[in-house]
Amino acid sequence: MMKKLTEIRWHGRGGQGAKTASLLLADVAFSTGLYIQGFPEYGPERMGAPITAYNRLSNEPIRVHSNIYEPDYVVVVDETLLDSVDVTAGLKPEGGIVINSAKDPAELRAKLKGYTGKVYTIDAKKISIECIGRNMPNTPMLAAAVKASGFMDEKLFLENMEASFKHKFASKPEVIAGNMKALEVSLKEVQCNG
Amino acid sequence: MAIRERLSGNEAVSYAIRQVNPDVMPAFPITPSTEIPQFISQYVANGQIDTIFVPVESEHSAMSASIGSEAAGARTITATSSCGLALMWEMLYVAASCRLPIVLACINRALSGPININNDHSDSMGARDAGWIQIYAENAQEAYDNYIMSFRIGEHKDVLLPVMACQDGFITSHAVDNITLLEDEKVKAFVGEYKPEKCLLNPAEALSVGPYDTVHYYMEHKKQQAVAMHNAKKVILDVAKEYEELTGRKYGFIEKYKMEDAEYAMVIIGSSAGTAKDAVDELRAQGVKAGLIKVRVYRPFPGEEIAAALKNVKAVAIMDKAESFSDIGGPLGADVRASMFGVCNNVKAINFVYGLGGRDVKVDDIKCAFGKLEEVVKTDAIPTGYQYLGVRE
Amino acid sequence: MAKENLMKDIHEKSAYADLTPGGDIYGSGNSHFFNTGEWRTATPVFVPENCKQCLLCVPVCPDSAIPVVDGKRGDFDYDHCKGCGICFKVCPFKAITFNKD
Repeated sequence: MMKKLTEIRWHGRGGQGAKTASLLLADVAFSTGLYIQGFPEYGPERMGAPITAYNRLSNEPIRVHSNIYEPDYVVVVDETLLDSVDVTAGLKPEGGIVINSAKDPAELRAKLKGYTGKVYTIDAKKISIECIGRNMPNTPMLAAAVKASGFMDEKLFLENMEASFKHKFASKPEVIAGNMKALEVSLKEVQCNG
Repeated sequence: MAIRERLSGNEAVSYAIRQVNPDVMPAFPITPSTEIPQFISQYVANGQIDTIFVPVESEHSAMSASIGSEAAGARTITATSSCGLALMWEMLYVAASCRLPIVLACINRALSGPININNDHSDSMGARDAGWIQIYAENAQEAYDNYIMSFRIGEHKDVLLPVMACQDGFITSHAVDNITLLEDEKVKAFVGEYKPEKCLLNPAEALSVGPYDTVHYYMEHKKQQAVAMHNAKKVILDVAKEYEELTGRKYGFIEKYKMEDAEYAMVIIGSSAGTAKDAVDELRAQGVKAGLIKVRVYRPFPGEEIAAALKNVKAVAIMDKAESFSDIGGPLGADVRASMFGVCNNVKAINFVYGLGGRDVKVDDIKCAFGKLEEVVKTDAIPTGYQYLGVRE
Repeated sequence: MAKENLMKDIHEKSAYADLTPGGDIYGSGNSHFFNTGEWRTATPVFVPENCKQCLLCVPVCPDSAIPVVDGKRGDFDYDHCKGCGICFKVCPFKAITFNKD
């Protein structure tokens, strides 16, 4: 089997759950039998400060322990970071960037310093408020990352997430349906340019 | 059937602690080891283990309480990092000289100053001469395996020494990774009950621990510690063999990677060994005969084994994730070069100080170190024996 | 008092391998076998005719060198008395004298 490694970099703000999203992605990839890494870049940052988290997903054991400098995909959990962080640094043109935004992807490309790869947007705030009842961008962003990177089958993703939610929300099963709906809607509503 | 899981390094060690169910854990939280006492407190609160968790007011107290508890006859553990380990300093020596097999999870972090929370080995390297066995992990799997083996090594009657099971702070402690776990009953059976020959809480036999040593006795007791550390070498291998039979995972003092025909070698500790393996593969693909020695057990130091593995290489990069400010290199550099003396006379050596305070270590950084080795061999130059790697100049 | 001195075979000529691990001391009461009385440079002397048996001297003795039998103190245990003089200082009845040797 050919070695297939997908590297993903997450940009968010402290407290928004980019780290949690990277761990959730690692979780769901793990459940499909992949080798995974999910790790944040740690510093003394606090709530609101820009933070970075990473995923490596591979069909072979992963040995490297450095940060990711040339990701296949970048996920931006907070659109306002586009102004202050060089989110496309090292991003492979054959990959793509997923941004949490209500805007059209073509409109955001202007802020991406000439990045030529695919630009995806997802209105994670709207979807999470509609489906879950509050602004929880993680669940939609996770679906958008899976959709954009295509590293796993969408149906398999939904099945695994349902199992994972049942475990995670064992004490409050009423939120499972909303979260599942958010995933399904997000997979459909991802906009792509390029 | 082994359990396939994904855990961070701290979760893996905590999982092992739950399985071992030690008697006492005195601990004080410090980044990046904080999660361990946090998880153990949860296990205790949930009734999953009957460990007595002792919240203390400092790490000096954590180690002092550990000493008292282990001397009383209770299997005792603690966890710490960086300045926390430094605050234990005085008591680390007492734990070792009292021959108490406490197991300490050290989540390696740079020692201040300047204050920094990220990984290097300056904390445990500073404690290298305290008389503790030191074992380092490359990833969460090794952190888990090393931790379970530590009890058997330290508590062995020929050893009776405390053990520091180390892993890289954040890099492995907070990174979720694939891991294969043992079932609870297998861990319990492997580790066994703690039955010290002598302990304070034995009403049938009076005992005093930690008495003053006059000039007539101190040196003899130090010699005993040195013999115990020497004995640990056999016990570490015996325990590893037994663990391999249980898990299929093989451990030694060092791990050799593509060393059979290597011309250029690297000696390295911890998570960067994994990154270096990828670098070795890339260099091999380019025709460079690169190889790697990962040092798993640092105390006792496997000097003979390392020197034997380096005998036929042209040059070696010795990688220190800690300064010693000796002006001739870091601690690993000193130990490896001392071991090479008289055995590897024709091997050029460069001691690199790298990855301090969380400076990221990339595949390219490792390749850069190998590049410097090729250069000194090609030009037949006498290498600058002590260099910084990855510093802005 | 210990019935047996478990440490009797350990002395300043013992090889390292013959010492207990970590210098642990086995058994209790082995200080009885160590004659600190040799250190004495001044000696308290009991004067029984002045003694009211108030026993103030007994608990202050750091070496337990004042034996008490049936509620009454006897003469000093000079094998262990280091000659500190605290008993002399505390005695209200001049029942102890303290003399430089």
